[in-house]
Amino acid sequence: MSGELPSPIVNADSQPYWDAARDDRLVLQKCSGCGTVRFFPRYLCTECGSEKVEWVDSAGRGTVHSFTIVHRAAFPEFQERTPYVVALIDLEDGPRMMTNILGDDALDISIGDAVEVCFEARGSDGAKVPQFRRARS
Amino acid sequence: MASLRNQVIIAGVGESDIGKVPHMTGVGLNAQACKRALDDAGLTLKDVDGLLTAYTMTEPYFMLGTVVAEYLGIQPRYCASVAVGGGSPAVMLKHAAEAVLAGHCDTVLVCAGENRATGQTRDSAVAALTIVGHPYFENPYGPLIPGFYAMIARRYMHEYGTTREQMAAVAVNGRNHALRHPNAHMTKPITIDDVLNSKPIAEPLNILDCCLISDAAGAFVVTRADRAPDIANRPAWLLGIGEFHTHEHLIAAPSLTEFGCKQSGETAYGMAGLGPADIDFAQLYDCFTIVPIIEMEELGLCERGEGGDVFARGDTAIEGRLPVNTDGGLLSHAQAGAGGGIFGIVEATRQLRGDQGDRQVKRHDVALVHNEGGILSSNCTMILAREAR
Repeated sequence: MSGELPSPIVNADSQPYWDAARDDRLVLQKCSGCGTVRFFPRYLCTECGSEKVEWVDSAGRGTVHSFTIVHRAAFPEFQERTPYVVALIDLEDGPRMMTNILGDDALDISIGDAVEVCFEARGSDGAKVPQFRRARS
Repeated sequence: MASLRNQVIIAGVGESDIGKVPHMTGVGLNAQACKRALDDAGLTLKDVDGLLTAYTMTEPYFMLGTVVAEYLGIQPRYCASVAVGGGSPAVMLKHAAEAVLAGHCDTVLVCAGENRATGQTRDSAVAALTIVGHPYFENPYGPLIPGFYAMIARRYMHEYGTTREQMAAVAVNGRNHALRHPNAHMTKPITIDDVLNSKPIAEPLNILDCCLISDAAGAFVVTRADRAPDIANRPAWLLGIGEFHTHEHLIAAPSLTEFGCKQSGETAYGMAGLGPADIDFAQLYDCFTIVPIIEMEELGLCERGEGGDVFARGDTAIEGRLPVNTDGGLLSHAQAGAGGGIFGIVEATRQLRGDQGDRQVKRHDVALVHNEGGILSSNCTMILAREAR
C-alpha cells in the first residue's frame, strides 16, 4: 500500500513519533515516573499522572490480538486496495496499536501470529507510517 | 448517587416515518417524532420545559438542542445536545430524569435521529462513520466502523467459540420481529444462509451483520412520576439506570471481550432492586450482530460465552423465554445516527403497555434497554416497568 493513502497528521503530542517514523524507527512514550510505556502519545501518564516522559525505541515486535479483512472501505484510495488487513498488535513493549498487515501472505494472518514493524511511505515529503508484517525470524 | 427509582415516567413515545423519507428533513423527522410522542402522552408543546437531543451529521447545525427547540417554537429552561454516539438516547433519559428530580424542569422532550438514508449519499454516509476512528493512530490504516466491530467479533469468536451462524441468528431474530412491526424499515424475511452468503464488508461481518442506514427519528417524554394520572396512555416507570464509559477508540479499549455494559447494568439493577432473572424482555443495541451477544452476557442475562446460542436456539423470539429486540432493532427496524437506541426505549414502553398485537410479548412487567456508543465505548442500561415497584 502506498501512493494516495493519507499522510500522517502531526501534532504537538505526536511530533517525535512521526519524526522517528521518517527514519524507520518506531518510538513510544515511557513515563519517567513509573516506567509505564504508553500508546498513543499524550501529555501525561494514565497510570501515575506524571507529566515527565521520555521517548524510547520499541523492539518493533508483537503478536496479532485481533484483525479484520476489509472488503468495503470508506474511502476510494483504500477501496482500491481491498481486500486488506487491519489488525491490533500487542507490542512486546506493552501497549496495543493498530496497523495494517503488509506482505503477500497478509490475508493468511491469524490471532497470535508474530509480527514485526516495517514502514510505509505516505505522500511525497518523506513521511512514513509504522506498519507490520509477519516476523521473518 | 441519588436513586431515580420510581421518580420519573416515560409519558409518551413516538417514531417518525421510517425508511427512505426523502420529502422530510432530519430536523423535520425529529419534529414529527416529537409531535407523535406528545400526542401519545396527551400533552402539547406548551407542556414542555426541557429538551434534549443528540447531534446531526447530515445537516449543518451546531447547537442541535436549541436548533430543535427553535424549530419546534419552544423556549425550554433546560436544553442540551448530548454526544455519546448510539449511547445518547439512554444517557439523555438519565440526564432528563436527573433534571426533573432536581427540580430544574418538569417535562423533558427527548429526541434523536437523522435523514441518513436520503440526506446524504451512501459513500458520504460511510465516510461520516469513520469519524469514530482515531484520526491520528487508527484512520491512517483505513479501518471503518464495521472493521472495529469485526475485530471485536474475531476476538470474541477466538476466546468464547461464538460462531458466524450464531451471529447470523441475531440478524434473523431482528428481521422476524421487524416483519410484525408496521413502521419497520425492512419488510422481507431473511434466513441464516442469507446472512452468511451476503456481501462481505469486514470479515467476519457481512452486510446483513451490519445495521441499516435509515431516515428515522424517535422521541419520548419524561416527566415527574406524580403526573402519571394525567397522562393519556399508560406510562413506563423508570426503576433504574446506569452509564459507564471505558474508552473512545478501539486502540484504547481495556479489552476486546469485556466492556462497560457490566458496570452500567450493575448500576441499573442495583437502583431497581432487581436482577437479570427479573427481566421479561430486552431491547439490546444491535449495530452489528456480535454486539447484542456480548451485551446479553455482560448484563448477566445468560452465562459468558452462551449469548450466541441463546439467539440460535430461539430464546430471543417474541414467543421465547427472553424476547430481544421486539421491534427488529437497528438491524431491521431503523438506524439513523444517534437515533438508533431511542427506538429500543420507544418499543419497551409500548410493550410494557401490552397492546402490541401479534408483536406483543407475553410477560411484560419489566424491560431492560441497553444503548452503547462508539465502539462499545459508552454504555447505558435502563430498567423500565409497567408499574412503580
